[in-house]
Amino acid sequence: MTVASSSPPSRLPLSDAGAVAPAKKARARTRGDGALAAVFIAPAMLGFLVFLLWPTVRGIYLSFTRFNLLTPAEWVGLDNYVRMVNDPIFWGSLTVTVEYVVINIGVQTVAALAIAVLLQRLTQSALLRGIVLTPYLMSNVVAGLVWLWILDTQLGIGNEIISALGFDRIPFLADDTWAIPTIALINVWRHVGYTALLLFAGLQAIPNDMYEAAKVDGASEWRMFWRITMPLLRPVLAVVLIMTVIGSFQVFDTVAVTTAGGPANATNVLQYYIYGSAFGRFQFGYASAMSVALLVVLSAITVLQYRLTRAGQTDLG
Amino acid sequence: MRLRTLTALAGALTLSLVAGCAKGGSSGASANTVTYWLWDANQLPAYQACAKGFEKENPGLKVRITQLGWSDYWTKLTAGFIAGTQPDVFTDHIQKFGQFADLKVLEPLDDLDIQESAYQPGLAANWIGQDGHRYGAPKDWDTVALFYNDKMAKAAGLTAEQLNSLSWNPEDGGTFEKAIARLTVDRNGKRGDEPGFDKNHVKVYGLASNGGGYGDGQTQWSMFTASAGWNYTEKARWGTKYQYGSKTFQSVIKWYFGLAKKGYLAPFSDYNVQSNQANTQVAAGKAAAAFDGAWMISTYAGFKGRDIKSALTPVGPTGKRATMMNGLADSITKASKNKAGARKWVEYLASDKCQTVVGEYGVVFPATPAGTEAAIAAYKKKDLDVSAFTDPVADKKAFRTFSYPITNYAADVTALMQPEMEAIYGNGKPVSSLDETNDQINLILDQ
Repeated sequence: MTVASSSPPSRLPLSDAGAVAPAKKARARTRGDGALAAVFIAPAMLGFLVFLLWPTVRGIYLSFTRFNLLTPAEWVGLDNYVRMVNDPIFWGSLTVTVEYVVINIGVQTVAALAIAVLLQRLTQSALLRGIVLTPYLMSNVVAGLVWLWILDTQLGIGNEIISALGFDRIPFLADDTWAIPTIALINVWRHVGYTALLLFAGLQAIPNDMYEAAKVDGASEWRMFWRITMPLLRPVLAVVLIMTVIGSFQVFDTVAVTTAGGPANATNVLQYYIYGSAFGRFQFGYASAMSVALLVVLSAITVLQYRLTRAGQTDLG
Repeated sequence: MRLRTLTALAGALTLSLVAGCAKGGSSGASANTVTYWLWDANQLPAYQACAKGFEKENPGLKVRITQLGWSDYWTKLTAGFIAGTQPDVFTDHIQKFGQFADLKVLEPLDDLDIQESAYQPGLAANWIGQDGHRYGAPKDWDTVALFYNDKMAKAAGLTAEQLNSLSWNPEDGGTFEKAIARLTVDRNGKRGDEPGFDKNHVKVYGLASNGGGYGDGQTQWSMFTASAGWNYTEKARWGTKYQYGSKTFQSVIKWYFGLAKKGYLAPFSDYNVQSNQANTQVAAGKAAAAFDGAWMISTYAGFKGRDIKSALTPVGPTGKRATMMNGLADSITKASKNKAGARKWVEYLASDKCQTVVGEYGVVFPATPAGTEAAIAAYKKKDLDVSAFTDPVADKKAFRTFSYPITNYAADVTALMQPEMEAIYGNGKPVSSLDETNDQINLILDQ
């Protein structure tokens, strides 16, 4: 991802310089471009090395060690990976995380798509677009806390209303069947506007005359959605899916605020388990091994998604 | 568009990382400053007063106190040890002590000449590590008792005398279970001990929930397991065998969480460590009583219109009452930049002089007997009877006091016991499953 993003700056100055000063001598131009290119690349390169490459390499190294951060790391070979494969809590965390991602991404994508299409087909109001985005402006922790209080079994206003309507109170965040769907939906609430806006931007790229032509042919809105919108939105939808799935797998803050992994590990998502192992139990080696596992899972899913959705190609034009 | 989006995202990510890594910049220790951390906001004014006295006695030395909430406190302290921004002196908890001693981040305090006899019994000895060195100077102590809503007790026909003479057993729960049932009221106004009581629609629970209790059950089940004669490990300090596999332990746990099935104890789903702990349930009038620690006395007293009183823990099968007596200590960090000043400050914190000043604020029981007396007097001035907390320490015949389990791998024990106890409490998992968890824990301790 970062490799790709650092290539445009290195190419752009070349073509720009060529366009602005075509009369200059080739030698001088090349030398000037090289320095300029380096300047443009430097920040991205620095960020890539310091924040991505080095931590990744070191994380992979640490996954083969026993390390408590305060005393030197001790090489233990594959011990951490053997432990991981035999750790029922790890597999439980992975299952819970997948359950979360399926609910979160499933509901969020459908809802975001619906909102985006409605925004495009029905209204051009910037105010409405702004309102849709509002929850996204709130920090995850604040959103988690607000929902925690609303949904509290005994004291939350949500459960007060449910109780006043004559139903039994629902332990949204305290029951092992409810907790994951609840957290997934809290995050849908927060992210759906942003996802809708990304899709909305993708919809803007679909030429309006296609819809006009379809209308002339007597196509319904429903038919236009499936025959025009969906196929042409596919590359954007694919990228949005890849990004949101990666983000979804990394769910942490909402869990930390609302359930702290409970009840009885029912919401102990992978990132939370990794965090607890590292910063609660000082098992940085084991935590690194699980992080590497997460990296592998995410890479595999991304490649698969990219292939299946042909994200790099468009059907437009 | 895709590339530009990605570039923008990468840029934003980099920026947020840089911002996130920016130093908090609160270390700034120097030769004439001692930095000190504590977590209890109620105690901040008391220790500020103490610091004033210290600065007067030690001209040129300044104490800078930082207060952080319980969970932030440990996260920040851990981060501080790693980044070198730790305080010179910090309030230490017995559960974290073993790990910190193991990580070698604490400075030995042997030369401070802490005399065990100068403090309430047992407090000083807990802070000696397995290597024989002292790592903490005793600062305070707490016990657990039963807070109850006096209005609700009166409505149930229960007097203070009755509530102070309860007994229990794991078979039928004894007079304790009867009292808790009596305090429970369903939505039709029926009490827990009356025919037709609807356990599925309880309006006020007899006993509030404080969660599963991790591996220690301090304010949940420890007063019962201890008064049944059970111990966490095979010896008082630095044991290597936990005893969660014991039949005694399991029978007590089965009875205790069974109270929730009967509708007397608030169900696990009503508890939330963030939003709804036992004291909140009592404050909201959703529970009539709660086991809680001495550090909560002022909090419970502050509940408007709730007239909260406290009662002794019930007498158990051993014929004794039991309550966990836990004490905090002040520790110096090994990487402290001002060890000389830190030593002076810890010495002062551990002295009668400072502990009496702290006691006079009436927010905590200081570790020295004089400090404890000052605190009792201060509570009395606020019209608070704290004998339910102090009697167990004074009378060793009728009471058993015991400490938190002090072992290695405390964080791992918690990580394994938390979900286990939650599953027993919340999901009705059989208590016999504790055998397996106990084996796993002892395997870790054997390493």
